[in-house]
Amino acid sequence: MPPLTSGAGIAPSHRPVGFHMSISSASATPLLSARGIMRRFGGALALRGVDLDLHAGECITLLGPNGAGKTTLLRVLATLLRPTAGRIVIAGRDVGHEAAAVRRLIGLVGHLPLLYPDLSARENLRFYGKLYDVPHLSNRVEAVLDEVQMTAAGDRPVRAMSRGMQQRISLARAILHEPPVLLLDEPDTGLDDAAQGRLAGLLRRWAAADRAVLVTTHRLEWGEQVASRAVILREGAVVGEVAADGRAGWLVDGYRALVGEADDPLSRPLSPARGGEGTDVGPA
Amino acid sequence: MGAFGRQIVAVLAKDLLLEWRTKDALTAMLVFALLVLVTFDFALDLRPEVMGVVGPGVLWVAVVFSGTIGLGRTFAAERDAGTLDGLLLAPLDRSALFLAKLLGNLIVMAIMEAVTLLAFAIMFNVQLDLPPIVLTVLLGTIGLAAVGTLFSAIASHTRAREVMLPVLLFPVIVPVLIGGVQATGVALGNPVARDMPWLSLLVGFDAVYVAVGAILFEYVLEE
Repeated sequence: MPPLTSGAGIAPSHRPVGFHMSISSASATPLLSARGIMRRFGGALALRGVDLDLHAGECITLLGPNGAGKTTLLRVLATLLRPTAGRIVIAGRDVGHEAAAVRRLIGLVGHLPLLYPDLSARENLRFYGKLYDVPHLSNRVEAVLDEVQMTAAGDRPVRAMSRGMQQRISLARAILHEPPVLLLDEPDTGLDDAAQGRLAGLLRRWAAADRAVLVTTHRLEWGEQVASRAVILREGAVVGEVAADGRAGWLVDGYRALVGEADDPLSRPLSPARGGEGTDVGPA
Repeated sequence: MGAFGRQIVAVLAKDLLLEWRTKDALTAMLVFALLVLVTFDFALDLRPEVMGVVGPGVLWVAVVFSGTIGLGRTFAAERDAGTLDGLLLAPLDRSALFLAKLLGNLIVMAIMEAVTLLAFAIMFNVQLDLPPIVLTVLLGTIGLAAVGTLFSAIASHTRAREVMLPVLLFPVIVPVLIGGVQATGVALGNPVARDMPWLSLLVGFDAVYVAVGAILFEYVLEE
């Protein structure tokens, strides 16, 4: 299958569902490979055959308007939801058959911090560290607290922390066991500008250490700081991708070209759905 | 200790620490159990000579109903805080999670039952033959907690989970109630209690539901 990227780095998908191959290292075996992922909730089809490759060293941002299926896709990749159809392989392990082993390879930052409000940050991290059998746990807990600059607040109960502080502890929880695949669902929510900048730096360093990062966001400028590639999801299907081309504003321009102003998170919320399965959303 | 045992200890220690700090379940259970005893004390003329007949029913109503309050919090609290996803994300054996939650429920219920038995003996002036009564209550509690832990996970998926748990739980624990009441009656000297192998019934029930819970828990937790 030929690469679908154009010279400008924008690759609309002309298939009704599904998606193609990675740009950056298409020849290498992906660290995470998803094929034909479908997920149905009752009568509603939330994911319509998503294909996605995530290679070691890559940081990809997953974009799309509200209801596009971003959170559902992350929850399926994180083994929290079983796909209705499709296959996911992470580091050579099939999620369908080796879910327990795969869980060690994944870190997830979700909408909720997944922290116990009545435990301190350190107690939360120690608890999760025991579940993941993290070696030298005390040292590792201090290292991740330092990484998210929360060492001083480590003994404070989580319920006494601000949303942004909880988000930082949640990130510390997700990287505690040094997972090769890090999945983040709008991790910039609740963070101030400085913390967002530090988060972007951390994610880039994480990916640079031969790991992979998949992050969703509605802030395109922030996504541009973090990612080398963007995958655009709409109505449960991948509609294309945008690759960094060294030009400032590549993500904003690429997203608008593929999805259009109507669904642009920088302009206004989701417009009424246009078409259904099989809709081809090309460049504006 | 293997990884399975370490996982059980980690979840159990976390649950007990949270209960020690908040006392959410224990306080509610104790208050409810004592209220049941006080209500029966006022409503019925419970002289010591009729306690052998009526006492076991009073005791088990207090234990089962107040125990249900604690059982209902097993997974509702995790789901409310969003931490259930944190447990499911981890490479945590689902059977280990079930056994840890079961042990946590057993410990908290045992504390409630110790206080309830003491209050029962004092309020109704009953001489308790402790070994058979403690054994009966313990065996009944294991069965109650095993079914309750399993059904608490099922009920936590539903919107009306506080209502759903008793609806699911009570029909299934009828053998525990019958066995527990009858065995307690024998221990309290009830002349009409039938001397049958009630404790064997409780042991059998416990074995079946602990095993069923440990095996089925993975499927119960799936969304």
